[in-house]
Amino acid sequence: MKKYIYLDYAATTPIDENVIKLINKTNTLFYGNPGSLHESGRLAKAQIEKSREEISNHLNTSPDEIIFTGSGTESDNLAILGIAHAHKQHGKHIIISTIEHKAVLESALRLKDEGFEVSFAPVDKNGILDIGSFKKLLQKDTILVSIMYANNEIGTIQPIKEISEILRPIKQKTGYPLFHTDACQAAGVLSLNVNDLGVDLLTINGSKIYGPKGVGCLYVKKGINLEPQILGGGQEKNKRSGTENISLIVGFAKALTIATRKQESENIRLKQLQNYLIDKIQKTIPKAYLNGHITKRLPNNINFSFSGIEGEAMILLLDQAKIYCSTGSACSSSDLSPSHVLLATGLALELAHGSLRITLGRKTTKKDLDTMVDELAKIINFLRKISTIKV
Amino acid sequence: MRKITTIKKKKIAVPKDSICGWVYNDTVKEHFMYPKNFLTNDEEYDADGVGMVGSPACGDMMMVWIKVDKKSQKIKECKWRTFGCASAIASTSMMSVMATEKGGMELNKAIYLKPEQIVDRLGGLPDRKFHCSVLGQEALKEAVEDYLKHAKNSKQK
Repeated sequence: MKKYIYLDYAATTPIDENVIKLINKTNTLFYGNPGSLHESGRLAKAQIEKSREEISNHLNTSPDEIIFTGSGTESDNLAILGIAHAHKQHGKHIIISTIEHKAVLESALRLKDEGFEVSFAPVDKNGILDIGSFKKLLQKDTILVSIMYANNEIGTIQPIKEISEILRPIKQKTGYPLFHTDACQAAGVLSLNVNDLGVDLLTINGSKIYGPKGVGCLYVKKGINLEPQILGGGQEKNKRSGTENISLIVGFAKALTIATRKQESENIRLKQLQNYLIDKIQKTIPKAYLNGHITKRLPNNINFSFSGIEGEAMILLLDQAKIYCSTGSACSSSDLSPSHVLLATGLALELAHGSLRITLGRKTTKKDLDTMVDELAKIINFLRKISTIKV
Repeated sequence: MRKITTIKKKKIAVPKDSICGWVYNDTVKEHFMYPKNFLTNDEEYDADGVGMVGSPACGDMMMVWIKVDKKSQKIKECKWRTFGCASAIASTSMMSVMATEKGGMELNKAIYLKPEQIVDRLGGLPDRKFHCSVLGQEALKEAVEDYLKHAKNSKQK
């Protein structure tokens, strides 16, 4: 019996054991400052460059198009703010979707405060970008489009290729708009081939791919200038200063390699578990509504709303049963408002408050899911018994 | 020379109540997990007064049913139901205990029950939970007023 059942892999993944070993080894062996001229520094520098090449291979790009950062959030900030600031002479309009991660959303809102015009491309009720509405938002002065590859809450996969096909003819004339995608949730699950995707910028990080926290990278297509957000010693070709965290970078690259290797078999396994769980919840628990798209979704994401109950209460009772999940309920968020993603899909407030996100990963077994549903059914039954809203 | 000591495999110490302890204290947890006085079947419950506060949209909604001792003008029974987070459930449960303990709360006291009194009895709530989740006393006030209105009407008849 497991001591607990972790079903929050979209929040973060445990670190792969081989990655931990490599991080520890790197910390011991390569402590030099990669900026130093002596051998200790040069050896450290070599580790970073090796990792840069490793990552660029997975993205089908060249190493000099990868900027290492401190997180996915930082990469998103750098992409949105960095591009907007460096290209504002060409226009001051940007487009993001209504279901972006807060790292993109808050950066866009900052730009709005600075006088940029920000448009929000809506999604349909399944959480997929509405292409028709998106096209209408494009303007002559649109310099940047940022649409996430896969959503962190409802797991929906966005039509990235289709968007870049729409942008291509416009870009051929003016070079704009540039296209960024936040691929943190997609990494290790979907293809990250930037040429196929047709993106100019792409964000990934370590903490979602069984790698370390506190490291990420931004792919920036050759020739595209952006304004650094962290100033100092000019590391990362002047785009991101600060002494490089060698061991985390090495661990991040290794994690991506392992995740890519396991991708195909894990996707099949997770897809089966996902179908099993969705089916089981729908059969066991009345008034359970699946959020997101039924097929265009990450194989590890399940998001349900249960009417008549509130998410925080549900999460805490699951926690009490040693089952770890998350919710889009207002009570669990720092700003006390329910998930903007669920609301963007047009979900009623009551159901947004009663949402549950279950995300599966490498250690998840069918037995875990059976235990989970048993506990969940009991908890929902209890909360509905004391709820004012009768279902 | 400094003595080199080998580090033995040690269990990592985990702080009990500070960081990884529960979001809520033990009293709140008790009232959340084992709530007192909630009403399962309101159709069969013959209440003297009913009150309601909140809405499903804002994430908190409480209903309160009371029975009143006509002679002493005290609350005999206080039943409730809550749609809401853990602290909403716990605070309504605690309120029902306060309203009925020691022979029941006098109606004129019940009307003026303050959220601070409930939070005090719970031994505190996280700051951000205070204003949004402690709403039961408003439903109680409504229930008392509902009773008084009916009592007045029946007297006039």
